[in-house]
Amino acid sequence: MIKTDALIIGAGPTGLFCVHQLGIIGLKCEVVDNLDKAGGQCIELYPDKPIYDIPALPECTGEELTDNLIEQIKPFKSNFHLNERVEEIKKDKKKWVVSTNKGTKFETPNIVIAGGVGSFEPRKFSIKEAKKFEDNQILYSVKNKNIFKDKIISIFGGGDSALDWAIELSNTSKVILVHRRDDFRGAQASIDKIYQLKKEKKIEVYTKYQISSVKGNDRVESINIKHDDGSEKEIKTDYVLGFFGLIMQLGPIAEWGLNLDKKTIPVNTENFETNKEGIFAIGDICSYPGKLKLILSGFHEGALAARGCFKYARPDEKLRFEFTTTSKAAQERLGVKK
Amino acid sequence: MPKITYIENNGINHTVDVANGLSVMEGAVQNDIPGIDADCGGSMACATCHVYVKDEWFNKIPIKEDGEEDMLDMAYEPNKLSRLSCQVIVSDDLDGLVVTIPERQA
Repeated sequence: MIKTDALIIGAGPTGLFCVHQLGIIGLKCEVVDNLDKAGGQCIELYPDKPIYDIPALPECTGEELTDNLIEQIKPFKSNFHLNERVEEIKKDKKKWVVSTNKGTKFETPNIVIAGGVGSFEPRKFSIKEAKKFEDNQILYSVKNKNIFKDKIISIFGGGDSALDWAIELSNTSKVILVHRRDDFRGAQASIDKIYQLKKEKKIEVYTKYQISSVKGNDRVESINIKHDDGSEKEIKTDYVLGFFGLIMQLGPIAEWGLNLDKKTIPVNTENFETNKEGIFAIGDICSYPGKLKLILSGFHEGALAARGCFKYARPDEKLRFEFTTTSKAAQERLGVKK
Repeated sequence: MPKITYIENNGINHTVDVANGLSVMEGAVQNDIPGIDADCGGSMACATCHVYVKDEWFNKIPIKEDGEEDMLDMAYEPNKLSRLSCQVIVSDDLDGLVVTIPERQA
């Protein structure tokens, strides 16, 4: 059981800056994120896209913003639990006991949900039969490529993941690449390689096709793919891989008894607490009159939520408002005291 | 103000006034029309505001810019009438536009 003053769910820019705001007032926190790295949407959706509305930063990319935030919170040495998703919360007297899908348990008076629009999950095939074979022969990520050796693999998608795996697996498997249009959006070098492999008859490529059905009892035996013109083709296959990017899902948070408004959590604007004591929501996931889904709003919300956490983490102390330019305590926490 | 009609997957029609300059996505969200999630808020990063534009309108609306087709690869059951509604900006020329909302966004 990890004991901490606050648990932050989500390592996007809002969650990262909240680490700073908790640290500066002397609170310890732990951070959980479902992705394998910090940065949230900034890293996952637009690492290279410039952002122009971060105060005092005329232009920066999602990746630069994330790197700077990580640098800024280094003094606080918070632990990051990446590749983990928070599953369950329980109230134990005045504390929350939180467990993740990997079995990590936290005991904390404060939970700060900075979960964006939810956790990222792979997008799946739309046909219903796909569910039956999911995690067996229908996969959305590759965990062990050895299972594909000498098998027939159908790969769907037009981005880098689809192309990279098609190229890689073509060495040891029969690969069929299927995409809904003629253009691929992956790196040009990968696209060239795909066409070269096609010419050498090392892979088959079907464009303007989408999956229409799956056949098989215990295992996938074949799939049907449908062309834009309506014609169908049956393909014998052992495995089906789908690479359609990620989608955001609220996930288990929806089951915690929090008030929800569409996919957001209503909060008060004094300290961003939800309807549950000690649970705060900041960033894109919270809603209140006038809410703007901007990174800068998330920073403000995190600053106030951190102060809100203080009263539960240090019930016998009074928080004094201080500036980092003059506060000896804050400078000590930042490790910059002269 | 231009009128935009959104047809839900179950056939329910919503015709609403949408101010010039707003996106078709914003028109749906502001009028509480179900089925358009717009998770990323209109930055063309999520493909959850996917709509099918009615056939006769498809060639009348401004064409896709770079990146939209790539995002549509990730949409739920895209077809040749698919657009991301956050990228379609309402103007007087679009008065009467009809879009159908897919069964799901993901």
